[in-house]
Amino acid sequence: MKQVKYRNSASKILLLGTVFLFSLLNPVLAQEETATPEAVATEAAAAGGDVTKGEALFKSLCAACHKRYKKMTGPALFGVTERRDTEWLYSWIKNSSAMIASGDADAIAIYEEYNKTAMNSFPQLTNTDIDNILAYVMVPKAAPKTPVGTASTAVSPDSGSGVSTNLILLALGLIFLMLVGVLFLVNRTLRNFAAANNIELPEEEHRKPIWQSFVENQFLILVTAIFVLLASGYFVYGYFMQVGVDQGYQPIQPIHYSHKIHAGDNKIECKYCHSSARVSKHSGIPSLNVCMNCHKSISEVAEETATEDYSKAFYDKEIQKLYKAVGWDEGSQSYTGDTEPVKWVRIHNLPDFAYFNHSQHVSVAGVECQKCHGPVEEMEVMYQHAPLTMGWCINCHRETNVKVEGNEYYAKIHEELSKKYGVDKLTAAQMGGLECGKCHY
Amino acid sequence: MLSIVSCKKDSKPNYQYMPNMYESLGYETYGEYNVFGETGQEAQLPAPGSIPRGWMPYDYENSTTGYQLAKDSLKNPIRYTKANQESGKELYNIYCAICHGEKGDGKGTLVKREKILGVPSYDDIGRAITQGSIYHVMYYGINSMGSYASQTSEHERWQIVQYVQKLKADLEGKTPRVDTGVALSTEVVKVSNETTEENHDNAHH
Ligand code: HEC
Ligand code: HEC
Ligand code: HEC
Ligand code: HEC
Ligand code: HEC
Ligand code: HEC
Repeated sequence: MKQVKYRNSASKILLLGTVFLFSLLNPVLAQEETATPEAVATEAAAAGGDVTKGEALFKSLCAACHKRYKKMTGPALFGVTERRDTEWLYSWIKNSSAMIASGDADAIAIYEEYNKTAMNSFPQLTNTDIDNILAYVMVPKAAPKTPVGTASTAVSPDSGSGVSTNLILLALGLIFLMLVGVLFLVNRTLRNFAAANNIELPEEEHRKPIWQSFVENQFLILVTAIFVLLASGYFVYGYFMQVGVDQGYQPIQPIHYSHKIHAGDNKIECKYCHSSARVSKHSGIPSLNVCMNCHKSISEVAEETATEDYSKAFYDKEIQKLYKAVGWDEGSQSYTGDTEPVKWVRIHNLPDFAYFNHSQHVSVAGVECQKCHGPVEEMEVMYQHAPLTMGWCINCHRETNVKVEGNEYYAKIHEELSKKYGVDKLTAAQMGGLECGKCHY
Repeated sequence: MLSIVSCKKDSKPNYQYMPNMYESLGYETYGEYNVFGETGQEAQLPAPGSIPRGWMPYDYENSTTGYQLAKDSLKNPIRYTKANQESGKELYNIYCAICHGEKGDGKGTLVKREKILGVPSYDDIGRAITQGSIYHVMYYGINSMGSYASQTSEHERWQIVQYVQKLKADLEGKTPRVDTGVALSTEVVKVSNETTEENHDNAHH
């Protein structure tokens, strides 16, 4: 009992220790945080605008083409009030094309620099609105928010957490070894004592070994033999039945693409990427131009996206892999033309002798992707959810009713078949979904 | 049983009984074969110069001038029926709503989560979008918005255009266009009757 108590208090000390450490770090953190709003306030006052209002306007009107500190479709806007005078900015933002047409040298120069990309006109903005926006874009970049505190506590996936669990395991192993050693030593000293004090240690008496009595009992042997045979039969059958079934198959993909982040957290429709599922046999893996529809703007993930297992740095590196494959140069915001294929590893694959068609299930029958592919929106890494065996297909065909609403094609046959079977709802099986030729030919 | 299962590695495919019945003789979708040049990938770009069946050339070029031209002169060839609008809605919710929002107000999920910013509302007066410009933008993309030509067919894009115009009209408080003209068959008459009724409802709102 003593030991338990001791362990308990040890963890308490540890806990207290961490709390203490945190309380030390806290003031440092607090200072960091207060620093930025002050800077914001002074900047805002200087530019004479309301930063929060400016932020809202900027995000809804300008952020499609401008970032504050990074070039996008248009130039980075931080520092623009130092480059241009305010009147020029007012008229540029309200109607840039008019300014270019009027022959303003600066306007034409920047228009040429950006390959004659037209910036929209914003006739709805007042000068105050523009002041607010300018105040917002002039806020200097905040220092990255991961100084002392998080750096020491947050663990990165590829090194940190692995090391710390390994360390704990190692320590536990050492303690275990020590305990064994101590037991051994205690035993020896006790024996020494016994020998020294002339105490007779009780000898183990000779009995009939248990295996001998077992061998002599015929009935027991028979029962055991039957049991062993049945059990091994069961396992062998189980093993043979799972040959060729790839349920749970989860290969490592060339880019760590997470369905949880895309389809789960950000609720992107499956068919946005797997668009051929609507109209063809295959669902298809999206080509990289589809990825770039979003990733032109999303070059890194937000702090909150990082989890314990995967850090922000890890995710950002994966997006860089995407850029490398499509040949997207972030600096100049253009394609370099240097591409390389991403070799996704195919997971779901029926044998050659079975035919499956997505559009028939997805568009005509209206079956949810999740019914066959499982909780995809929770999968950080994709795996095969269903066994994809024939029994699995057939079961579903027996249980699922055919969707006839709004499908004239089925009206007649549905009516006749339901008369034949005497039911009002037809299952896929009754429509011929069990005929071998439907899936094998 | 547990021990057997745990021996199985999930990162490798399982064994098969008669691989020659499982593995296809023809090239499989997304397979890797030596005949396909350096990368060996079955997934290939179409041969240069090939044209998909039913594809019509799109005459407007991908430039500011082409955009302006399409905006002014390109017209939607499909009839504005309720069925087309429904298909348009379905497609819109798959491809566009994630950024533009289900109402077209520029507040889709990605915008609310601040992943993508600056998505305009369809009634933005500075942009004053038209059927031609909507189609043009979907075909080529514009600035930070990408092209949707690879995910949709020509007919589907025009259905989306119809639906975007409806959303724009809704945002502006106007009545969306519905074609009721000469019907070709009884079926169409039925459809257009329905839509005029809806039209009526809209007028009351
Ligand atoms: C459609 C994309 C787009 C949008 C939206 C947009 N801009 Fe621009 N902006 C540009 C481009 C491109 C340029 C570079 C000049 C050119 O090619 O016209 C530019 C240039 C500018 C400049 C000149 C920068 C310099 O260094 O001289 C300012 C200032 C500016 N934009 C402000 C804004 C503000 C404020 C908003 C929002 C109200 C906005 N822009 C919205 C595309 C855009
Ligand atoms: C942003 C694009 C995107 C979205 C949205 C998306 N996927 Fe995927 N999906 C991919 C990519 C890329 C792969 C290939 C990499 C992989 O297997 O992880 C893939 C692979 C898959 C696979 C495995 C394919 C195989 O090799 O057998 C299935 C099944 C799948 N997705 C289903 C879904 C479902 C269901 C949804 C909706 C809940 C969905 N996907 C949403 C891009 C997407
Ligand atoms: C509809 C928009 C959209 C499309 C299309 C899209 N992404 Fe993303 N992607 C996102 C968003 C949003 C995030 C999360 C950003 C964040 O959390 O700040 C993200 C994050 C990522 C990340 C980092 C997190 C992770 O999943 O590992 C990678 C890598 C990535 N995307 C790859 C891809 C690839 C490859 C494709 C094409 C198959 C693709 N994306 C298509 C919106 C998209
Ligand atoms: C009725 C069950 C079922 C439904 C519903 C279903 N799938 Fe599949 N999916 C399969 C089977 C079976 C395969 C293997 C196909 C093969 O090997 O020919 C597969 C394969 C795939 C693949 C791998 C590549 C390919 O096209 O063969 C992707 C990606 C995929 N499905 C995505 C989806 C998406 C996205 C949806 C929803 C829109 C969906 N699936 C709905 C059963 C289904
Ligand atoms: C709904 C579709 C479907 C129908 C109908 C169907 N099968 Fe299958 N069958 C499959 C699929 C899918 C597989 C592949 C299973 C696997 O890979 O494990 C398969 C596999 C098989 C196999 C190989 C053994 C195995 O399990 O891998 C045989 C033999 C077979 N089917 C015979 C038949 C016969 C005979 C019929 C008609 C009574 C029939 N099938 C009807 C889908 C179907
Ligand atoms: C990944 C997010 C995203 C998706 C998905 C998206 N858009 Fe956009 N869209 C944008 C952005 C950002 C802009 C502003 C582009 C700019 O800078 O001019 C825009 C602009 C537009 C415009 C106005 C262009 C103009 O003439 O000024 C139209 C119309 C439009 N989108 C239609 C669509 C349609 C239709 C779809 C679906 C097929 C779609 N968008 C899908 C992000 C998106």
